[in-house]
Formats: sequence, structure tokens, C-alpha cells
Amino acid sequence: MNSYSIIAEGLGKHYGATRALDGFGLRVADGTVCAVLGPNGAGKTTAVRVLSTLTRPDSGRALVAGFDVVRRPAEVRRRIGLAGQEAAVDEILTGRENLEMWGRLHHLGSAAARRRAAELLERFGLAEAADRRVRHYSGGMRRRLDLAASFIRAPRVLFLDEPTTGLDPRGRTEVWRTVRALADAGSTVLMTTQYLFEADQLAGRIAVIDGGAVVADDTPERLKSLIGGDHLDLVVRDAARLGDAAAILAGAAGTRPVADQDTRRLTAPVRDRVGALTTVVRELERRGVEVEDVSLRRPTLDEVFLSLTGKAGS
Amino acid sequence: MSALAAPDAAPRLGERLRWTLSDASVIARANLKHWVRNPAAVLNLTLYPIVMVVIFGYVLGSAMNVAGGGDYREFLMPGMFAQTMAMGVMTTMTVVSLQTARGVTDRYRSMPISRPGVVLGRAIADVVNSGLELLILLVCGLVAGWSWHRGAGDALAAVGLLLLLRFALIWVGIYLGLALSPEAASAAWLPLLPLTMLANTFVSPALLPGWLGVVAEWNPLSATVAACRMLFGNPGWQGGSWAAEHALALAIGWPVLITLVFLPLSARRYRRLGD
Repeated sequence: MNSYSIIAEGLGKHYGATRALDGFGLRVADGTVCAVLGPNGAGKTTAVRVLSTLTRPDSGRALVAGFDVVRRPAEVRRRIGLAGQEAAVDEILTGRENLEMWGRLHHLGSAAARRRAAELLERFGLAEAADRRVRHYSGGMRRRLDLAASFIRAPRVLFLDEPTTGLDPRGRTEVWRTVRALADAGSTVLMTTQYLFEADQLAGRIAVIDGGAVVADDTPERLKSLIGGDHLDLVVRDAARLGDAAAILAGAAGTRPVADQDTRRLTAPVRDRVGALTTVVRELERRGVEVEDVSLRRPTLDEVFLSLTGKAGS
Repeated sequence: MSALAAPDAAPRLGERLRWTLSDASVIARANLKHWVRNPAAVLNLTLYPIVMVVIFGYVLGSAMNVAGGGDYREFLMPGMFAQTMAMGVMTTMTVVSLQTARGVTDRYRSMPISRPGVVLGRAIADVVNSGLELLILLVCGLVAGWSWHRGAGDALAAVGLLLLLRFALIWVGIYLGLALSPEAASAAWLPLLPLTMLANTFVSPALLPGWLGVVAEWNPLSATVAACRMLFGNPGWQGGSWAAEHALALAIGWPVLITLVFLPLSARRYRRLGD
């Protein structure tokens, strides 16, 4: 047995003139969570579709759970679970009926399907809503039910395509908890996301994808240090003091900040977040530079892209 | 957890057949639950035939002639039965395109589920639904003065032909449902409805202008309607054309041909969805 649940090499897929995948390569070790991070149109969904046997690639090769996705799709399907961008749940049925139906379609006997449905409803915090129709569920609950449906057979590999898209912050946190539970139960998880903070929350490894190919594949820590960790933002009250503030920020960050005259905003990547913040605030006060806002934040996907590919992400 | 692990070996033929039937019954039951729980669908199912019989049988029927003579409502009902079967393609198409848009079809395709089972389940649900609709319509017809006159055996054969047409159209519905967005699918009645009327459903083709009459004669729907009129012993099935003379053969031939064309097409479309 190899120690990788997913191996993709040189995958290519085009739709007309659009190259959705262009030499996509990735290895995901057994039992880990890998996030594929990229903006809309980068090829994330196509990658998931190829790896989950839904779409045939034009070129390249992929093994999932040890089987070739093109030559042995039936073997792959026995070992994977898939949750797409839309929650594939039946609104008219109850949560329990949904899971029992998917259980039967996974060829569990009716007693086993009932047992498994009850177990999953409990585990994903849906026990109370189990006998309500899904039409009355919140977005987060639907998504959790959908994830539970993808997990009926405790598959070796789970594919989650943008599992939190369209959810409010509470729904997102619920889904994160669920994804962690799935990974803890031993599945290898490949998820796609547009958000660096989400990838950071869940994944041990992040593959940044652009133009249908992986442009960086590393741990979140190394990826962040590669792009300069957190960012410190300042908004100066008086535009005339922008220069003074920039000098202070440059001193703390070790690089020249990016300035926006119109919004009187300065931005610089910082490594030692708390140290930099303390220094900047102290110096601003000492020199009498008034600010309207000081904030520490994670780099945005745009900034990740800018630093990795030299162009804006979206 | 070990009991949940998927079987590693590919199942043998006997087992595959068993899973096909099991998957089909699970999917059919889930679909039938939909109709039972959706009051709008149930209402639609019962009201539509009543409204149609009133409008065509009584409102328009008073001005209608049957070529060769006979009562118009006796002539009309087999046409209404067949039209209802034909419009059933909308149900198949709408459900399939909604399921595709919501990722249900993708989940089926990513699972070790029996593919013939998925389709068989769909077919069972649709035929049961249409059968129910047909039953309500038959009762409406009886109330309106329609009846069969050639015995129960022939009447059942006519019902069989109607369901055969519905079964053939399942493949058309699946094919179009996989190809169209839910919005496009729900607008499909617009071209569909005239197609069900460019036939012998409401008037005798002999009364139509030349070329239109030919189209109506050869409409697959016309074959089923003419064969049903014959089997029920209702007026207006005789006609001069070859198509009218061989209505019974065509009422079997057309659905078989439609199935032979659209079953492989929809299977191919399903396999290559997203390619």
C-alpha cells in the first residue's frame, strides 16, 4: 500500500478554449486534510470532479485510494465520499429519511441504515432536528446533513467542494467542526476553498491553485511565512502625517508599507505580530500621530496570490 | 466501524441484480413520498384532468365535429389520456434537471450505486405517478359520459399502450433533464403543449389543412390515441392514411423506437455529464 490516498500527476482538462486543469499535480498523504485554495475559475471544482470520477481528464493520471480514476472508477467509488457545492439533500424528506435513503443506496440493510442514520445525526448535532423536513433547516444544518450523507460508509477519501460557500459565520463554524470530526474519524479529506483562513483552520497542507495548476503546496505555517505572515493596517487621521506613520510602520515591519493616499491607509506584512503592534502603537503616540484604526489581519487571498504568482487573484 | 466499510470486491451478477432492484425501490419510494407530501402536486394531479375535461369536453366540445360521426366527448377522452401521458415527460425532465443542479446526480455518479437501478427507480416512480393521473382521468371521463365498449380486456390493452408511451418518454425526459437547467426545463411545456395538439388528440387530422394533417397523422401521439379509440370502441379512429390503418402497430412501434433512440442517448449523457 502506498502512503498517499491521492496522487495526481499532470492532469489536464479543457472545455472548449478554456483550460480548467493544466498540469495539475498533487499528493495527499493518508489521513490528512489538504485544502485546495484558489479563486473562482482556478480549476478547484474540476480537480475535485476528476478525482471523484465524475469527469474524465484529457491528460495525466490520478490514483485515489490506490486506484486509477479513469481505469478503475468503480473501485474508486467504493472508497470515496463527495459533498459538492450544493447540498445534495432532499428538502421534502426529513433529515433522518435523507440519511436512511443514502444508507440504503450505499447498500446497508434497512436496520443498519436506520442505525447509521441515528449515529450520524447524533454525531453531527442534528439529532434534535432529525424528524423535521430539511426544507426547514438552516444553511449550516443542510450542509452538515450533506456531509453526513457523504460519510455514510466512513470512506477512505472525502472530497468536499467549497463546503462553507454561502453560509453565515455560525454555519461556517458548524461545518468546520464537522469537517474536523470527519478527519478525526480517519478519512483523508481534500477540500476546496476560496478563503485562506478556512484552509488555515482545517488543513495540515494547503495547495494553492492558479490557472489549473498547483503553484504552491505546503503547510499553512510555511505558506504564511512565505507570504509574510500577518498584515498590520493603519488608518491615519491627517493625510499630512502619512509619511511619519509610514516610517514608524516600516521600522516595525522591516519592509516599506503599501500606502493608499485616498483612504489614508498603510499596510505592511509583519512577522512578530504582537511585538510589531506594540512598537507601532507606542511610536505613534510618542510622535503624536493620530490614527483612526489599527488592525492586525491575515493576508487576503489576493495578497497570497500577489506574492505567489505576481498577479491579483480575482 | 468495520461493518460499514465498503465491500472491497466487485459484486457478482446475481448480487448486482439484487442491488439494482433494491436501489430502484429506494429511489422510487423517496420520489413517491414527494408527491404524497406535496399538496400542490396532489391538487395539480387531480384538478388538471377535471379542468381539461370541462374546457375541451363541454366548453369547446359543443362546437366540435367528429369525422365519420359520433359523440365528441367519446372521441375526446382517449386524446386526453394520451396527452396527459405525453405531458408527463415534464415531470421526469423537471425532477432530473433539479437533481442535477442540486448535485444529487453527481452524488449518485460518485457512488458504487447501480446505475440501471437509479433509472429504474425513476421509471417506476414516474409510471406509478402517471398511472394514478390516468386513473383519475378515466373516472372524470366516465362522469362525462365516456366509456369503453369492447370489454375489459381491450380496455386494459389500451391502458397498457398509454403507459407504454409514458415509459418511452421517460428516456426523453431524462435526456432533456440532464441537458437543461431547471429554468429551461420548466419552460419546456411551451413547445411541448402544441406538439401534443398537432395530432388527432382534439380533432380528426382529416379536418386539418393538408400538410398539417400529414404531420398530425404521423405524430407518435396520434398512433396511441387512434389505437386507444379502437380498443375502447370510441368513434373517430378510422382514417384513410397508412398511419391510421396501422395505428395499433405504430402505437407499439413508436414508443419502442423512442426508447431505442433515447435510452442509449440518456445513458451516454449520464456517463459523460460534465465532460
